[in-house]
Amino acid sequence: MSSAHSQGRWAPWVLLAPFLLVSATFLVYPMVQSIALSMQQTFGPAHQEFVGLSNFGHIVADPLFWRAVRNTLVFTAGSVFIQIPLALGLALLLDRPGLRGRAFLRTVFFAPVLVGVVFVAMIFGVMFEKRTGLVNQALHSAIGWDLDFPWLQRYVMPALIVASLWQYVGFNMVYFLGALQNVRKELLEAATIDGAGPWRRFIHVIIPQIRPVGTFVVLLSIVGSFQLFELPYVLLNGTAGPDNRGLTIVMYLYQMGFDQGDLGYASAVGWLLAMILIMFTVLQRWLGGESGRRAAA
Amino acid sequence: MTVHRSAMEAATSVARYSVLYFGAAVMLVPFVWLICGAFKDNQDFFGSAFLPRGEGLLGVAWDRLTLDNFRELFAGTPILRAMLNSVFLSSVTALVATLVCAAAGYALARYEIRFKGAMLAMVLASVIIPPTLLLAPGYQLLFRLNMLDSFWGLIVPAAAPAFGVYLFRQASRSSVPKELIEAARIDGCGELRIFTVVALPLLRPMISAFMLITFLGVWNNFINPQIVLQSASKFPLSVAVAQLKGVYYQDYGLQIAGTLLSVAPVLGLFLLLQRDFVSGLTSGAVKE
Repeated sequence: MSSAHSQGRWAPWVLLAPFLLVSATFLVYPMVQSIALSMQQTFGPAHQEFVGLSNFGHIVADPLFWRAVRNTLVFTAGSVFIQIPLALGLALLLDRPGLRGRAFLRTVFFAPVLVGVVFVAMIFGVMFEKRTGLVNQALHSAIGWDLDFPWLQRYVMPALIVASLWQYVGFNMVYFLGALQNVRKELLEAATIDGAGPWRRFIHVIIPQIRPVGTFVVLLSIVGSFQLFELPYVLLNGTAGPDNRGLTIVMYLYQMGFDQGDLGYASAVGWLLAMILIMFTVLQRWLGGESGRRAAA
Repeated sequence: MTVHRSAMEAATSVARYSVLYFGAAVMLVPFVWLICGAFKDNQDFFGSAFLPRGEGLLGVAWDRLTLDNFRELFAGTPILRAMLNSVFLSSVTALVATLVCAAAGYALARYEIRFKGAMLAMVLASVIIPPTLLLAPGYQLLFRLNMLDSFWGLIVPAAAPAFGVYLFRQASRSSVPKELIEAARIDGCGELRIFTVVALPLLRPMISAFMLITFLGVWNNFINPQIVLQSASKFPLSVAVAQLKGVYYQDYGLQIAGTLLSVAPVLGLFLLLQRDFVSGLTSGAVKE
């Protein structure tokens, strides 16, 4: 046999080797390990003790965990019900041939997604200050808003929703813009000839056609929101905020695993979170179909 | 009737432009505020929302703007070191991850090999796994491998992102024609040479997009360096700047100047390479 032929046998494995090696070590192994770890109590990374399923029992019995779940759900609801309709609205406004400054507008709306979450937290941390912060001052001069409105003391989750809205609305808008450009124009024209107004065209022609991308964007938002950590962590100086108002599920995981050193307990929290997210992913596949992923990718 | 209709259209057009440009102005406010804030002293920081008012051109007190925040950052904090660390971590990770993913994606697209189905299933499954699940076991693993508090503990685990393999497999299928590979084989070209000489150049658009996404992702990542690194001399900008908030909690100008130094390079990169960025970021990136 020619050397080229024999090379054809092992060459793909050479190309795959780095990927397989790294994945096996840093993805598959820790994944499997985390199942074992979730049934242990650890004292730092070096000492552990088998405790069976009691970690899960402790988590479910911990009011702090439910506090974290509630906060995370509030944030997720804000992302899904405020951010996504706004993103879709912007995309609908922007999706018009011949619009002046379209590239400029798209760039401006998209730019915040490039700013790391930490840096968003740094910016908004100062902007949300009472009395001196820009948010209260701007709202005060516009609508007479209370200058002492305690964003970071009382309304932590609304503050996070606002910051995250700034960061991600343009990112979601770009997805919708792509989907709108694939809406079949002849269907829209046919609907117009049949006398359908803008609202009915939107409901009956546009919505069904952008549904796959829509469910994908919703899934991305839910998965991202459920893993909220860096924004409140930095915004609240590494704490959960007054009265745990900024505590999220991943922050709870971080506190247990890395502040208190119980990696086992943290793994159990991680698995609970993973289960919820995998459930949402399956649900999206079912609602949006496989085409949803492909259309968005 | 027609008059009525065109008047309506003009009105909706005005409304459309007003909403869009008002929205854009709101989106720009934090950026403008960030740039202004970095050049103000602490007295002016809250005394004026953007630029200090005064007698100068356009009613702005230009002479009150100052570079003191930057001077203090470079003299009194390890910000320069953090910048170098960020550049090093982001570029090395981007380079390594792109090579690893391009090779694996190409192999999965263009070779008939055993366990291909299983490997593809693994790639798709690992895209679903939330990265937070791996935080605790990953930390324990790095501890056992003695890789905590080292750059390698950040670079190596990030060297093979599954979604990169997925993207490069798609790109190879659409832009590396089988006929070309066959032709190279007939000319006696070795398989690995086909990858470097034939496939890689054809994959260039995906290579630049993926390198940019990875660079950006590492630059902006906070949780991994926060967990893995312990020595302040190794911190990248994300961790170093977040610490300014605790240490210099009353020095807003300093915090904001540090933030500007961290944000400006990636925004500059974006404006330079905009088209690659947008197509790359939305082609399957999962936000954190």
